[in-house]
Amino acid sequence: MQLVLEKRAERSNTIALVSPLIAIGLTIVTMTILFLILGKNPLLALHAYFIAPLTDSYSLQEIAVKATPLVMIAIGLSLCYLANAWNIGAEGQFLIGAVAGSWIAVKTQGTDAGAWVLPAMLVLAAAAGALYALIPAICKVKFGASEILTSLMLVYVADLFLDYLVRGPWRDPNGFNFPTTAEFDPVATVPLLIEGGRLHLGSIIALLVVAAAAILLGRTIKGFEIRVVGAAPRAARFGGFNANQLIILTFAVSGALAGLAGIIEVAGPVGHLQPGISPGYGFTAIIVAFLGRLNPIGILIAGLFLALTFIGGEQAQIAMKIPLDVTKVFQGILLFYVLACDSLILYRFKLVFPNRQVARGAG
Amino acid sequence: MELVEAIILSVLAASTPLLIAATGELVTERSGVLNLGVEGMMIVGAACGFGGAWLTGSIFIGALLGMVAGTLMSLIFALMALGLAVNQVATGLALTILGVGLSGLIGAGFVGERITPAMHLYIPGLTDIPLIGRVLFGEDAFVYFSLALIIGVWWFLYRTRAGLILRACGDNHVSAHALGYPVLRIRTLAVMFGGACAGLAGAYLPLAYTPFFIPGMTAGRGWIALALVVFASWRPGRLVLGAYLFGAVTILQLHAQGWGVGIPSQFMSALPYLATVIVLVLLSRARTGGSTAPAALGTVFVPDR
Repeated sequence: MQLVLEKRAERSNTIALVSPLIAIGLTIVTMTILFLILGKNPLLALHAYFIAPLTDSYSLQEIAVKATPLVMIAIGLSLCYLANAWNIGAEGQFLIGAVAGSWIAVKTQGTDAGAWVLPAMLVLAAAAGALYALIPAICKVKFGASEILTSLMLVYVADLFLDYLVRGPWRDPNGFNFPTTAEFDPVATVPLLIEGGRLHLGSIIALLVVAAAAILLGRTIKGFEIRVVGAAPRAARFGGFNANQLIILTFAVSGALAGLAGIIEVAGPVGHLQPGISPGYGFTAIIVAFLGRLNPIGILIAGLFLALTFIGGEQAQIAMKIPLDVTKVFQGILLFYVLACDSLILYRFKLVFPNRQVARGAG
Repeated sequence: MELVEAIILSVLAASTPLLIAATGELVTERSGVLNLGVEGMMIVGAACGFGGAWLTGSIFIGALLGMVAGTLMSLIFALMALGLAVNQVATGLALTILGVGLSGLIGAGFVGERITPAMHLYIPGLTDIPLIGRVLFGEDAFVYFSLALIIGVWWFLYRTRAGLILRACGDNHVSAHALGYPVLRIRTLAVMFGGACAGLAGAYLPLAYTPFFIPGMTAGRGWIALALVVFASWRPGRLVLGAYLFGAVTILQLHAQGWGVGIPSQFMSALPYLATVIVLVLLSRARTGGSTAPAALGTVFVPDR
């Protein structure tokens, strides 16, 4: 007996729509088994992961706060992936954006600088993220160096650079030797949407980014070019579309969005620059992009769903002592199932039984 | 002299995991499969390797368990990328994300524990020779194994019929299939070999390099191993050279701190990653025109019947 793939005559659109749901279902089944192995009650654990965070307003706000960077980064990554450019260094672009924006906050600390501070921080962070993403893009276009490896190497470099700054020149002298900058001034902080809550302006910015991406991909020539270059490179060449230019463009946009997400995270929920500002947002965003089928609205939903798993993971840790790494395992398994289910869109699975005569002959 | 000897010894130790992981990936890529999950397989190998050694007290069982773990991880990749024809880049990333989580989960109970690291060889007389004695005859078994491994792979790829068939699958899977070779089966075996090597390379870290396990201890070595394969232009000989070069850069960074060079440690730590980027650019630039990569690398193959 053998599993064989058979190419479908045309894409199955029904499966394209339900495949993320099948993937989530399969992931939950797998997680149930994992919880049993860990000796935890799977029903309680699943409740802690997926239901409990939805039942109080604090957790709901927290989900939106966590989804904000995920959605912003994933929108940028989806543009790259649609154009067949493999930016997997969003984590580094996120960190560099956070560093660049923080520079203004640190320099204007306690100087009674005006309301220009936060906008300047956002712009500088986006520019820095874009420039950082352009390094692998240019290395790819000019020299043919694998953008996968170079963008990833730059994550480690960005991480070390941030570490150097907060342990060295930017360290808060009143910070009891902790590697952190001082708390940002109010003018350098992303304003809250609800007084006393956690929801901040960044979530609105993320929604605007989703809308902009939907318009770009659905309504403009550039969006059409991106999709054609990714889906049919040969056709794109005949159409006169410049694939290299699109690599540069999509990398720059995704770097800018990751950088923006970085400064919003630091100037918003975190409030100061320190190591460990990202629990792997740049990598989780890859899952968000695929789970959302590289579609802006899909990414918004996928971002909220993965944010739910982060919050649920924290609650499960507190309530049931389930290790936090289970969340990462969950995310990895989810990505596998999403990709496997995508295979169903293009192929039909068939079980083939070996020819009986051959079987008899062999026996 | 003792300093030189110490540096050479530590370079060899730092290079060995890179060499083992990269050797596995070289074979995988030569069969036409791009497995970006090396880091994930390595990090699971590190956790399982340490766990095995800590529970049994045997470095050998630890190493074996690391290999088994890496192979199992690679089978997930093979099922996805070969069985279901899923995009190899995305599958490899998924493998790394899963591996980081699994490694944390498996290793959680071992954090803070210590083991006796792998013994270094000692041959009376030979190992006592000044300077070269320790370097040539006083390494841990992994170092010798890694060299035997790469020589074996070279011999297999260029001197055996099976190696020729494997390379044919990597260069033109359609022709190999037409000639009647089971492309997917050959690729699955190559992926499993790569997984076993990555698992072993990961296990080397807590079994011989440091005597303890910390989460995330591979620190991007799996990715550097991937870059090394490109650096080596998919040739075993250059792979040895590349691995030792990178080991040297890593050690240079450690010693520069000891020598009191006035550069912040983070900048020195960034050196291996920056070196990887620079090397990739220089090599890709030198190669433009005729690429030496296996022609079918990373492409999906679904045999039609």
